[in-house]
Amino acid sequence: MTPQSTFTVLAPIDPAREGELRGLLDAMNDAPGRVDPNNQIVPFEQFDTLHFARLLILDDQTVGDVEIHGLARRTYPLYLAFLGDIDGGERAFLKELARRAGPGLRAVFSCCEGFRPDTDLVAWMKQHRSAPIANFVNTRGRTVTQIREEAALWDALQRRVDAGVPGDTALARYETLRDFATGEIDAGRLRFTAPGRTPLLWSIRKFVHMVGMPMLALAFLPVLIATLPFYVVALRRLERSDPELIPTVDQEYSDALAATEDHDVTNQFSALGSRKPGSVRLITTLGVLMTIEYAARHLTWPGRLGRIRTIHFARWVFVGGRDRVVFCSNYDGGVDTYMDDFINKAGFGLNASFSNCIGYPTTNWLIRDGCKDERKYKEFLRRHTIPTQVWYKAYPGLTAIDLDRNSRLRQGLLAEEMTERDAADWLALL
Amino acid sequence: MSSAVDFADVQGLVRFGHGSMTMARYDLLEIKDPDAARSWLRMAIPDVVTAAKVSPRPTTALHLAFTAPGLQALGLADSVIADFSHEFRTGMAAEARSRLIGDVGNNSPEHWQWGGPGHEPHVLAMFFGEEADFEAFVGRLRGELFERAFEAHPLEMAHLDVTEPFGFADGISQPEIDWKQRRRTPTDQREYTNVVALGEFLLGYENEYGKLTDRPLLDADATAAGLLDAPEAPDKKDLARNGTYLVMRQLEQDVRGFWKFVHEQSEGPEEAEQLAAAMVGRTRAGAPLVGGAGASDSIDGAGPPENQFTFDDDPTGSECPFGAHIRRANPRNTDEPERGGLLKRLRIATGFGSKEFRYDLMSSVRFHRILRRGRAYGATIDPTQPTDELDAPTGLHFICINANISRQFEFVQGAWLASSKFSGMTGEADPLLGTREPLLSGDSTNSFKLPKDGDLRRRVSDLPQFVTLRGGAYFFLPSLRALSYLAQPRTD
Repeated sequence: MTPQSTFTVLAPIDPAREGELRGLLDAMNDAPGRVDPNNQIVPFEQFDTLHFARLLILDDQTVGDVEIHGLARRTYPLYLAFLGDIDGGERAFLKELARRAGPGLRAVFSCCEGFRPDTDLVAWMKQHRSAPIANFVNTRGRTVTQIREEAALWDALQRRVDAGVPGDTALARYETLRDFATGEIDAGRLRFTAPGRTPLLWSIRKFVHMVGMPMLALAFLPVLIATLPFYVVALRRLERSDPELIPTVDQEYSDALAATEDHDVTNQFSALGSRKPGSVRLITTLGVLMTIEYAARHLTWPGRLGRIRTIHFARWVFVGGRDRVVFCSNYDGGVDTYMDDFINKAGFGLNASFSNCIGYPTTNWLIRDGCKDERKYKEFLRRHTIPTQVWYKAYPGLTAIDLDRNSRLRQGLLAEEMTERDAADWLALL
Repeated sequence: MSSAVDFADVQGLVRFGHGSMTMARYDLLEIKDPDAARSWLRMAIPDVVTAAKVSPRPTTALHLAFTAPGLQALGLADSVIADFSHEFRTGMAAEARSRLIGDVGNNSPEHWQWGGPGHEPHVLAMFFGEEADFEAFVGRLRGELFERAFEAHPLEMAHLDVTEPFGFADGISQPEIDWKQRRRTPTDQREYTNVVALGEFLLGYENEYGKLTDRPLLDADATAAGLLDAPEAPDKKDLARNGTYLVMRQLEQDVRGFWKFVHEQSEGPEEAEQLAAAMVGRTRAGAPLVGGAGASDSIDGAGPPENQFTFDDDPTGSECPFGAHIRRANPRNTDEPERGGLLKRLRIATGFGSKEFRYDLMSSVRFHRILRRGRAYGATIDPTQPTDELDAPTGLHFICINANISRQFEFVQGAWLASSKFSGMTGEADPLLGTREPLLSGDSTNSFKLPKDGDLRRRVSDLPQFVTLRGGAYFFLPSLRALSYLAQPRTD
């Protein structure tokens, strides 16, 4: 199977050329929130291994928040972020980017510091690479090609079913439809590309991580157990004293974000925040994110992040050091639906990861309360949401659940043995 | 937070549907003269019926609600208005809100007859009355002072009937508001209940999250003396306590078009009735399509037998289609996808509950209930009597009450009714209310599927639009004290 990877380029912007950069990013859109998939700068549509991509300026609204902890406000350079989720390896994709979008990317990156006319594009992107500390893929191994083929299968089956499918049993009807699908494939109207061979290096790395991390934890177990009470006491003390900072979000700011939302059935979300100071919070952040990474990489069932089934891809990335984190996700439905789902279905996960951000609603024992104060949580999240200037999705109109359903349909057609029960379940998908 | 509700401070519409007052009239008002408007309010407040039960029952009732521009026109400070909810201030006609709740195509605000961008009303004045007293009541209130104060756009007279314009019994499913505040909102609701926290429908009380909804808190000064103290900040005055938000939408219904389509898709009148019922989720008489009424387990606060059911016994949608109107508007689910012991619940919480496709698809409905108070308008159309004349417009003045417009009304409307991806489906939005507009990707939304047990679904395609949105707005329905506060004379 072809695994998915990410690419993340984070580069400080040349202050003198910020306006020019914003103009370039705007030019990639047909309208706010609606990218031109074949725009002149990065023709996303031409990459058939690209699931999602975004370009955004990390305009930190909350950089002064650290003052509530009695620390001096820091200044950070203004960053450009260019990230994406792809099939196959990062290195190969960067080369393809340079080949198909060279001039456009050069124009964009020339607005960043340290990019000269003679700079090697691929080398520069590698140099400014910022690997995510935690990354979630909805269904490992599902490629863009597979998604498109399965969507075509759905359409074909719908039309066929509308015309009536004779048969006394579910199995009989299933077999009729399977024969139909085979016919369509033979006629060249449908395709089921065979899954690629899993790269050996990837398998090795995955195995090492899967076994290595728990082994590391085991090796450090005595230390972990010994320090646990101190950690808990310190954390509880912090939880009782950490101040909240949740001013009402400026209406205009929220409206500007809303202008880019709800065009497709999927939405993008980019949030930026500063970590609470101190080593306890640093350890917690690293621990929680590494746990999420481990779970997302090895444990989660396809299509689910805990109980949440609506996220396509999501990742956490440190921005210039370990003080700030940007969280980027692609999820289905409106932002309020998204937040409600998280509060109710995955509150503990939200609290564990985001409570380390300055000003977050008070948690108790890391996972309790926090986001359960719905109003505070939603206001907090909105305040930390930053506009995503350019956002691309390779399969408009399809949700994660659509993709899940279509995959199950295809798997059903390739099944060696089907019982009457299996056949009935398969038919119910239609 | 358990101070008892002062019913005399709450506008009666939150507690009563005024069923005995069969006559009604809604006026959308624009404030021409703020001083005259405030004078009129002071004069009219005694006619506002409260939620207190009085004997003998009033035969007339007035209710008043205000949009954000309306509050501004009335002289309320911008800093105070800024503390009302985002969506209330933005209004229903804003482009981003329209996209969110599916008001696209023919339903988009630029086509509205009232309330479109730049034409938001200021005040909603609702007159209710028994037939004998109604004319005099309305005439008395709409006198010289009224004419001076407001520019009025009256909405068609609404009459109370047994069924809504398509011919279906309506208003059966209503939440039971926990007026006595006995409900301890749980962290995990495991049984479906029809009882909902008071704070979901009245501001200043705990909602289903056990918290108070955000609202304006005023400094205690001479003008605010008549208002109650805020429970969470006793040094502040609670302008919105005992008030709530009111959503209004004029939904014009193509009664002939609906029945014509249903008959075209069916062989014979009986099948047509069945198809129509499948689209609604109830028979015309109001019986739900699932289970039997009077099931052995009764649901907390569910009231009449027609409301005593959940969809638990219909996991395949073959009794009541997944996309049927009432199943979309209220999925009758709980916080967790299935019941189980501690270990099972732990597995569910961490995402290892079940691999089934239709598992855990929806949000828990207790956070998304609305209280409906709408009334139909227009003449009753009998679709079996063909006519060459154009029918007068008929439909529903949809009105609902909720404390959090975004999490309640907008959620149900946007994520459940208008969404073509509701409940793991695709290609279909609400069969009654859907706009049939294709997605940006070009995918259509004008189908309707009827699942069949052990067989393939039946798909009905190319549904025409049956309901057109003619206008709408978000209002604030103040308490009696807040009305007095707003009606105070001002010098500015």
